Amino acid sequence: MSILLDQSTRVIVQGITGKMARFHTRDMIDYGTNVVGGVVPGKGGETVEGLPVFDTVEEAVAATSAEASLVFVPPPFAADSIMEAADAGIRYCVCITDGIPAQDMIRVKRYMFRYPKERRMVLTGPNCAGTISPGKALLGIMPGHIYLKGHVGIVGRSGTLGYEAASQLKERGIGVSTSVGIGGDPINGSSFRDILERFQDDDDTHVIALIGEIGGPQEAEAAEYIRDHVTKPVVAYVAGLTAPKGRTMGHAGAIISAFGESASEKVEILSAAGVTVAEHPAEIGAKIAEVMEAA
Amino acid sequence: MDIHEYQAKEVLSGFGVAVPDGALAYSPEQAAYRARELGGARWVVKAQVHAGGRGKAGGVKLCDSDVEIHDACETMFGMKLVTHQTGPEGKGVYRVYVEAAVPISREIYLGFVLDRTTQRVMIVASAEGGMEIEEISASKPDSIVRAVVEPAVGLRDFQCRQIAFKLGIEAGMVQQMVRTLQGCYRAFTELDATMVEINPLVLTEDNRVIALDAKMSFDDNAMFRHPQIAELRDKSQEDPRESRASDRGLNYVGLDGNIGCIVNGAGLAMATMDTIKLAGGEPANFLDIGGGATPERVAKAFRLVLSDKKVQAILVNIFAGINRCDWVAEGVVHAMREVEIDMPVIVRLAGTNVEEGQKILAKSGLPIIRATTLSEAAERAVGAWKSDVTQADSMKVAS
Repeated sequence: MSILLDQSTRVIVQGITGKMARFHTRDMIDYGTNVVGGVVPGKGGETVEGLPVFDTVEEAVAATSAEASLVFVPPPFAADSIMEAADAGIRYCVCITDGIPAQDMIRVKRYMFRYPKERRMVLTGPNCAGTISPGKALLGIMPGHIYLKGHVGIVGRSGTLGYEAASQLKERGIGVSTSVGIGGDPINGSSFRDILERFQDDDDTHVIALIGEIGGPQEAEAAEYIRDHVTKPVVAYVAGLTAPKGRTMGHAGAIISAFGESASEKVEILSAAGVTVAEHPAEIGAKIAEVMEAA
Repeated sequence: MDIHEYQAKEVLSGFGVAVPDGALAYSPEQAAYRARELGGARWVVKAQVHAGGRGKAGGVKLCDSDVEIHDACETMFGMKLVTHQTGPEGKGVYRVYVEAAVPISREIYLGFVLDRTTQRVMIVASAEGGMEIEEISASKPDSIVRAVVEPAVGLRDFQCRQIAFKLGIEAGMVQQMVRTLQGCYRAFTELDATMVEINPLVLTEDNRVIALDAKMSFDDNAMFRHPQIAELRDKSQEDPRESRASDRGLNYVGLDGNIGCIVNGAGLAMATMDTIKLAGGEPANFLDIGGGATPERVAKAFRLVLSDKKVQAILVNIFAGINRCDWVAEGVVHAMREVEIDMPVIVRLAGTNVEEGQKILAKSGLPIIRATTLSEAAERAVGAWKSDVTQADSMKVAS
């Protein structure tokens, strides 16, 4: 089944005329994603990669019945673009943008809640590589060829570390149902717990891989959820063993500022909840393989 | 981005938060002059550094005369103040703030943070002012009063009153407390702060509510829309390696080890540092070169890592996703030819076109140690570093 995205999902790209956006739109189309258009205010009527460009998300949805959106918009305008998508009835939005002010994201999350649950948009990111359901569709900037299609659900905060995990799995002939990047920011659209719930309900996902890092409460929240609601085996790796306290390590959200936020504390909390933790990042694939054998 | 106490007080004062009269000084003579200008008979001289715990380290002195002020400043200026928050190198004191002393009746802790659990701005307050919040959480958790702000309407006056009454503030001063809280909240949201801390907020003997100390940190991602705040940056308080990096648009954190790292992606960079540690080495830095591993970028990264004299080996770990390993390999080769490197360089490439990339590295004739997996890369890096160091030592012994 996979989660959030498949080959039929109609996708628009906000910011499609940008250089990177064009490049990745091409990549997504080549992978098999059902990209139906783009949105750039003022460029309505143009064509990019054979796709129609619209001035507003509302117009794009009316013309194409788009259900999902990829926000490829610079930081000063990205929050506004996400809210525009929510307002226009987009069901699933991925925001790639790195650098959105944290308080903008507080407003985005609040804004999304003005809509009742049935109509509310799901957001993953910002500051993420995107979501891929191998063999079906790719919504983001990840390289499709490193993923094999299969039954491991991956959820992580880091793009390239997520690629590393997928790559280690592919080497062992193990495939992925869906890989979701929740991004490196402190205020994000979906937490680990949100995605774990979807994987738990997905028949296509048999094992879950959680790639965490220092900073924030979401790994601990995930541990609690796993302990109480997840019956499928979970393997985790938490990056940042050597990270010093109080310093931001690249991702805006990767900072140890309170108890329970260091890598070792998160490893303890996850292990206590029954998660198999890979101590070494090079072992992620091996641990998942072990867990799959045992299952 | 952090700012000094005197800057935070100026900012907050603009939002209606009461602060003591004070003035900045750049020399002992100027400090004494400032005191005379301020008037009064008692002053506090405070070292302006980006760190807490100044009092215990000798960075805060109560003075009753301009001679005492002058002497306090003589010691402080140019000193590297070492507090539990600065690390052993400490932070340089180049500015001092002279403040009129205030008759303190009670001290309160007040903090505004971005709470990641509720994904809201949160106010944290305690009647145990003067203690650090970690200490309060550990020893007097029941004294902590919290309030979460609803972003759709902002901080409500009733929330401020609740906090004031819970802290036991007398009715006559509650209104001032409300003004203080609202002022801090407005500053926090209008200027994209990530932290506002007033510790202590004092209630004076003459019934005023005054911020005796103030700390503010700002969201780096938002500084594009606050140029007047961005201007308050003081590089003298930053690790020079990191100022250099940020000026060059590179994401870098200096650490204490000997193995330099160049990686694409923050998570992969942290994981790479972890593998070095697990292999028995110590990373010298965190460095995320981001999505574009162009030759110029890779060269900048090499120069930055090499500017740290402790580095004795360099590990490059690039997972080429959209980038291609052959382009990355070209970048590394180009960079190594441009920058003089006389230490082991270990390169691990993975992803798109990895074989082509490896061929380019092999054909370059450069002494690059190649690795294919993460663990191999770390083991070879630590191994090469150890043998290089041993060789250097044995050569020293021989000569």
